[in-house]
Formats: sequence, C-alpha cells, structure tokens
Amino acid sequence: MKFAILVNEGPYQHQASDSAYQFTKAALKKGHEIFRVFFYHDGVNNGTRLTVPPQDDRHVVNRWSELSKENNLDLVVCIAAAQRRGLLDENEAKRHGKNANNIAEGFRISGLGQLIEAGVQSDRLVVFGD
Amino acid sequence: MLHTVNKSPYETNSLSSCLRLARKGHTILLFENGIYGALKGTCFENVVTDALNKYQICVLMPDIEARGMRVDNVITGIKTVDYAEFVDLVASNSTVQAWL
Repeated sequence: MKFAILVNEGPYQHQASDSAYQFTKAALKKGHEIFRVFFYHDGVNNGTRLTVPPQDDRHVVNRWSELSKENNLDLVVCIAAAQRRGLLDENEAKRHGKNANNIAEGFRISGLGQLIEAGVQSDRLVVFGD
Repeated sequence: MLHTVNKSPYETNSLSSCLRLARKGHTILLFENGIYGALKGTCFENVVTDALNKYQICVLMPDIEARGMRVDNVITGIKTVDYAEFVDLVASNSTVQAWL
C-alpha cells in the first residue's frame, strides 16, 4: 500500500518527528511504499543539516537523511514554511542573496502542491504533529 | 475509520472530542502523550471504559513503556500494539483522522 506522511512539528519538540520516523520505518519493513514525507510548519526544522545534538542522543535530522538514502525516500520541505524559518537550499540562498544554505542531505524544498499530490496519489495520508 | 490521539486528556480536549464525534465501530489509537488516556486509576478511566462498548481502542506500547508504565497499567479491554501493528491499523482503515 502507498502511504504519505505529513510531519508538522520540529525535532526535539514533542514526539511527532520521532513517531513519524518509527512509523515510516515500520511501514517500509512491512513492504509498504512511502510515496512522500512532507514537512510543514515547524516540521521544516527536521531538514537543517546544522543540528548538532549531544552524541548520546538520537540525531533526528541525520536519521531522516539515512532512511531516505537507504529507501530512496522523497523528503519534501514546504518552501513558504522553510523561508520563514531560515531553511534554504543552494538555489533559494542565491535567489534571496544569502551567503549560505543549510538543507540536509536527502531533503528538497518544494511547494504545498507536493502535499496535495501526495494525498491524491497515496492510499493513506498519516499526520504527525503538535 | 482510524482516529489517532496524541495528546493527554489532561492537557487538551482532543480525546473528548474524538470520543464525542467518532462513530460506532471506529478504531481509536492512543499514542505519544495520548497514552495517559489508557491508564487505570485515573478520572478518565470510566469514560474510556464506557467508550470500549462503542469503539475498539488501542494504545501504542512503546509510548507506554517510554513513560515508565507497563501493560498492567492499561485499562482492561484496550488492545496494546507496536509500530508494526500501528501500520496495520492504518492499512486496514480507509481513512485516518489525526486529533492533533
């Protein structure tokens, strides 16, 4: 079955990103397809490569990047939510005259249409948030 | 239909809203801080026990254990599930409503 995942909360806030990650991993293990993971609102903060959590803590951002690499996951960050919170890729940084970008490996910035498409194309949309 | 509740009933009214609006035969999954609604010996126990006549209620065991509780603390009749069974619940219900 095809699942779409929506993450509306940042890392280390409550538990939404952790729950979404565990759910996604369990779904993949069961042989389901993850059509897309969409990060919206504060959820976009899951996609910054500049996070440095303590070494004995889970690395929420890297964990998503690794899962994406292993399973060819499409991790999409909402562009408007990302710009408000200072999350940029190379193109966006250039477009806004910023001297750096901070998007983590495996993530890409795109529009809200990608969430709608994920909802339409998938059998289920599962929402994790605050 | 599957309803997911991730807030403690002592924190928000999402569980109350869910119990009020869900239809007979629906399934409700309590996870994250929502697991506090599944515990014995609380002022919510009677409400949740009554709701078991109308709905199937499940609770995510890893979130019970993460908060220092065991299966013995869960109200009788509530089904304990792991992440794999959470995935099965989503797959076997045609829609999922998150009560955030």
